[in-house]
Amino acid sequence: MKSFGFYEPTSVRKATQIAADHPDGKYLAGGQTLLAAMKLRLAAPSDLVDLNAVPEMKKIEADASTVTVGAMARHAEVAASKEIATRIKALADLAGMIGDRQVRNRGTIGGSVANNDPAADYPAAVLGLGATIVTDKRKIAADEFFKGVFQTALDGTELVTAVSFPVPKKAAYMKFRNPASRFAIVGVFVAQTASGVRVAVTGAGSKGVFRVKAMEDALAKSWSPDALKGIAVPASQLVSDIHASAEYRSHLITVMAQRAVASA
Amino acid sequence: MKMSVAMTVNGKPVSAEIEARTLLVEFIREKLLLTGTHVGCDTAQCGACTILVDGKAVKSCNMLAIQAHNAKITTIEGLAKANGDLHPMQEAFRQHHGLQCGFCTPGMVMSAVGLAETAKSPTEAQIRDALDGNFCRCTGYHNIVKAVKAGLENMA
Amino acid sequence: MTDTLARPIGARITRKEDARFLTGAGQYTDDVTLANQSYAYFLRSPLAHARIKSIRTDKAKASPGVVAVYTGADLPATVGGLPCGWLITGTDGKPMKEPKHPLLAQGKVRHVGDQVAIVIADSLEQAKDAAEKIEVDYEELPAVVDVRDAIKKGAPAVHDEAPDNICYVWALGDKGAVDAAFAKAAHVTTLEFVNNRLIPNAIEPRACNAQHARADDSYTLYVSNQNPHVERLLMTAFVLGLPEHKVRVIAPDVGGGFGSKIYLYAEETVCVWASKLVGRPIKWTADRSEAFMSDAHGRDHVTKAELALDKDGKFLAMRVKTHAAMGAYLSTFASCIPTILYATLLAGQYTTPAIHCEVTAVFTNTAPVDAYRGAGRPEATYVVERLVSTAATEMKIAQDDIRRRNFIRTFPYQTPVALQYDIGDYDACLDGAMKMADVTGFAARKAAAAKEGKLRGLGYASYIEACGLAPSNVAGALGARAGLFEAGEVRVHPTGKVTVFTGSHSHGQGHETTFAQVVADRLGIGVDDIDVVHGDTGRIPFGMGTYGSRSLAVGGTAIVKAVDKIVAKGRKIAAHLMEVSDTDVEFKDGKFTVKGTDKSKAFAEIALTAYVPHNYPLDKLEPGLDETAFYDPTNFTYPAGTHICEVEIDSQTGETKIVSFTACDDFGNIVNPMIVEGQVHGGLTQGIGQALLEGCVYDRESGGLVTASYMDYAMPRAADVPSFKVDTRVTPCTHNPLGVKGCGEAGAIGAPAAVMSAICDAVGVKDVEMPATSERVWRAIHSKK
Repeated sequence: MKSFGFYEPTSVRKATQIAADHPDGKYLAGGQTLLAAMKLRLAAPSDLVDLNAVPEMKKIEADASTVTVGAMARHAEVAASKEIATRIKALADLAGMIGDRQVRNRGTIGGSVANNDPAADYPAAVLGLGATIVTDKRKIAADEFFKGVFQTALDGTELVTAVSFPVPKKAAYMKFRNPASRFAIVGVFVAQTASGVRVAVTGAGSKGVFRVKAMEDALAKSWSPDALKGIAVPASQLVSDIHASAEYRSHLITVMAQRAVASA
Repeated sequence: MKMSVAMTVNGKPVSAEIEARTLLVEFIREKLLLTGTHVGCDTAQCGACTILVDGKAVKSCNMLAIQAHNAKITTIEGLAKANGDLHPMQEAFRQHHGLQCGFCTPGMVMSAVGLAETAKSPTEAQIRDALDGNFCRCTGYHNIVKAVKAGLENMA
Repeated sequence: MTDTLARPIGARITRKEDARFLTGAGQYTDDVTLANQSYAYFLRSPLAHARIKSIRTDKAKASPGVVAVYTGADLPATVGGLPCGWLITGTDGKPMKEPKHPLLAQGKVRHVGDQVAIVIADSLEQAKDAAEKIEVDYEELPAVVDVRDAIKKGAPAVHDEAPDNICYVWALGDKGAVDAAFAKAAHVTTLEFVNNRLIPNAIEPRACNAQHARADDSYTLYVSNQNPHVERLLMTAFVLGLPEHKVRVIAPDVGGGFGSKIYLYAEETVCVWASKLVGRPIKWTADRSEAFMSDAHGRDHVTKAELALDKDGKFLAMRVKTHAAMGAYLSTFASCIPTILYATLLAGQYTTPAIHCEVTAVFTNTAPVDAYRGAGRPEATYVVERLVSTAATEMKIAQDDIRRRNFIRTFPYQTPVALQYDIGDYDACLDGAMKMADVTGFAARKAAAAKEGKLRGLGYASYIEACGLAPSNVAGALGARAGLFEAGEVRVHPTGKVTVFTGSHSHGQGHETTFAQVVADRLGIGVDDIDVVHGDTGRIPFGMGTYGSRSLAVGGTAIVKAVDKIVAKGRKIAAHLMEVSDTDVEFKDGKFTVKGTDKSKAFAEIALTAYVPHNYPLDKLEPGLDETAFYDPTNFTYPAGTHICEVEIDSQTGETKIVSFTACDDFGNIVNPMIVEGQVHGGLTQGIGQALLEGCVYDRESGGLVTASYMDYAMPRAADVPSFKVDTRVTPCTHNPLGVKGCGEAGAIGAPAAVMSAICDAVGVKDVEMPATSERVWRAIHSKK
């Protein structure tokens, strides 16, 4: 990789200050995407602001209605958290399906959400549960946060510090894996939340993670796999690649959604 | 950018002046000359570079050396006892022929040792799932799975 | 503990080499650090096909830490291109087209990853920094990456020397007899398919470290390679014009090869050449990204195959037409893979009386294609076994029955495609596999799966392979430009300890253990008293190396012959010491004994006498106990067996799971069953990988490599394969003293056809293309509805 400056702040305030002073720099969270890209010289930030020494970003807190996961919580920590498993098992399950075991020991929810890879798992949970993204500046509703492939509502040096998930009545995540990369070819998160049914799909959308209103409406009427019969996301809205055509992804979305409902 | 880094590797304190862009695996292989940790890919998938950082299995090709400042590192060289007795996981790999060319082996063994932290007596299917971060091109995994099972039992 | 074993051959001994591999003490090429070494980085073509209008390297040369930058223009005229080691003569009587394969691109680049320049610097990152400053002005040309596109009229030509992109058209077999048989056939089964291109992916990437010594103008090359002597011969005699004895090639611990490290590659050759110019050792280690685009790939056939049968399912004839990709240049053994190692195997285990195969080798704008585990034989087995399985289904004959109706049962058997099988028992392996696979219980399992919406299928592959390459005179007659013997030296030390030097190379196969078992068995000494040395032209007399499952059958036999010489000489020494005729001395269990008496001399005593020849027949016998033998086999060996795969398919998604895989193989005698089983497991997983997961994809428009990393090229992981059921049956090879046949490739040869036939059986379709991704299987299921 190319040379860069390296900073290791111990607070959110310091981190954002350093970032503001280095406009071509990047935050370094778990590094499982960023460092890999830098090795291949696909990314070459002038500076790295490492967040691994910021204690306030690591906490996992939960009460009856909300689970708040610090941005620097590792996937393995979320997967193993009893606090989370007892309230939103689907979220812990999802974290346990990301990448591989070693990646889960480093990768973080904040890094994943801020990166918004169109095939990443977390965006499905964030959108599917109607979570709130907490930054150093504000709180952003999931529906406002994801703006397309690798695009988010974050501006400039804005830093995700936590993600706050409302505890749903029921939820499940079903993932159809890319056998090579382990990312989602299709991942469907379904949830019955206080504000209604939500269905979020990752891995398939040509604009990244998205909700499926037709499925939400159907499930709101009848929470059953059968309710989704015949409801498909048009292939024209989905991506095709060597691993799966848009048509196949469309089919898989319905199947995975039905299975998620069945297991929720 | 040059930085100083200090960590404990296989029980011994080490320190050095390094470029910030030095990967942990480069530090281990090229500065410490602990060449048992291998590099098999550049996309952090093959797992040949797996080591333990503070007891957790991670890919040392996807972490900066500077990020391991003050950490406790264990590499394949640090597993066997000083008298040469193999760690139970190493011994299990030997007994079950869980290695052929040996290149993925250090990462595979370290990954398996790291597994002990979370899974004491996993099923065969759980072991296979837990090895999702390590490629082996030689063994077809059959004997690795047997070795990991035996190794975990002997570690318990 | 191994010393107490009655017979080392056949024992499940844990491996000698494991101690270093398990403790991180292995020494792979990238682990070698030479004083003052520099680092090389190769700038590679981002385009599939382009003319190089200009290259400017001045900025790169001025970049910090840079030692030198060279391009194709810097190579002197005395430096040749990379040679091809096998001449194929076409049906037109003309030699194959052999366009030059320059070490660094000259004039044109012909595939993504083609090496354009070498940058040598104090550190690798500095070399990479500098490479970004090289300015190459390309004129992009249209590219062809698929053989079907490359043979079209008007397709862009990869080489001017081959305007139609055809390297050769070659054929084997009696076309007239085949056509006549098809004319009277009761049934003809036809299949058209692609044998998918694979990327070998040894986990250790290719690497080298080249050093020139001013003292004697010699070179030492560390390189991750399967046959260091061949590497040296090709590099010195055919490319660099260096004296062969001035180059030492060391292939230390090698992290897997699977064929991809047989070949002489440009990178190590350039590093050797440049090491003298820069006066420093040059280290190069491929990134995985480089490996994807520059290692020789495997397979990539497009085939139409037909099988003619009589009304009873007896095979009458087979007709095969294959287009085989060569890639942009001819790699070391590229030309012989889809011909000599492919068409000759099309008889399989069957008495098919007439076979004709025509192969068109085609240049494409891709990485070169060469041997990959199995090399031609998996492709042949896929043709034969998919045809046989499909014919059985079409004619409603049971899969085992159609095979039994056609098995060869008398040996030796001369096939219509040049080979003569010495021995085999195909029924035994089929029976064994069916029992282990619990074929009788399959119907119940299928019914149970159906209740859960799952489709179950069973697939068979009864494969044969020709291993133990090869009788040199036969190979020579077929176009080989090298011999295919093997060399071994057995050095008995004065204390009776033994060092064995073998021309075979171990890169995972466990030769240090297996060969020691062979020698221990013959000399009656402990396995731990024997060390096996391989992979160094400076220590080993000669070697043709390891590929084609030849190590034990050829390399092991060379060692046995050297041991025989040791015993013969020892007998003379013992006879002298015991004052009898050497014909009265027999050697058994490590002792030279006067026949019919209890007078004996231990092996170690004889060894000491040979080196301390105080009481010694110096007038008749040289002192010392060190013998070398070369062995050239008289025939190929013919491992064979039956693999049975059981799959379960999620009918909604097409996701295929291998629920059971059984292999019953005949490898002849077995020296170490543990190691043999490991070889089978690994081969099966590569075969399953080909069938279900792996496929190298180039973009047919741009020529770009789509599967350029593990993000897109699906490697088999632990959860992708089951625990295997493996067993063996034994018919000892008739023409080598160990009775061994070879086991390294069997899994990769049998598995693809077994998996694909299982999928077709489950879904109820004639064919699915490899790799059988979930989408392809889903579409096959869909096509039925």
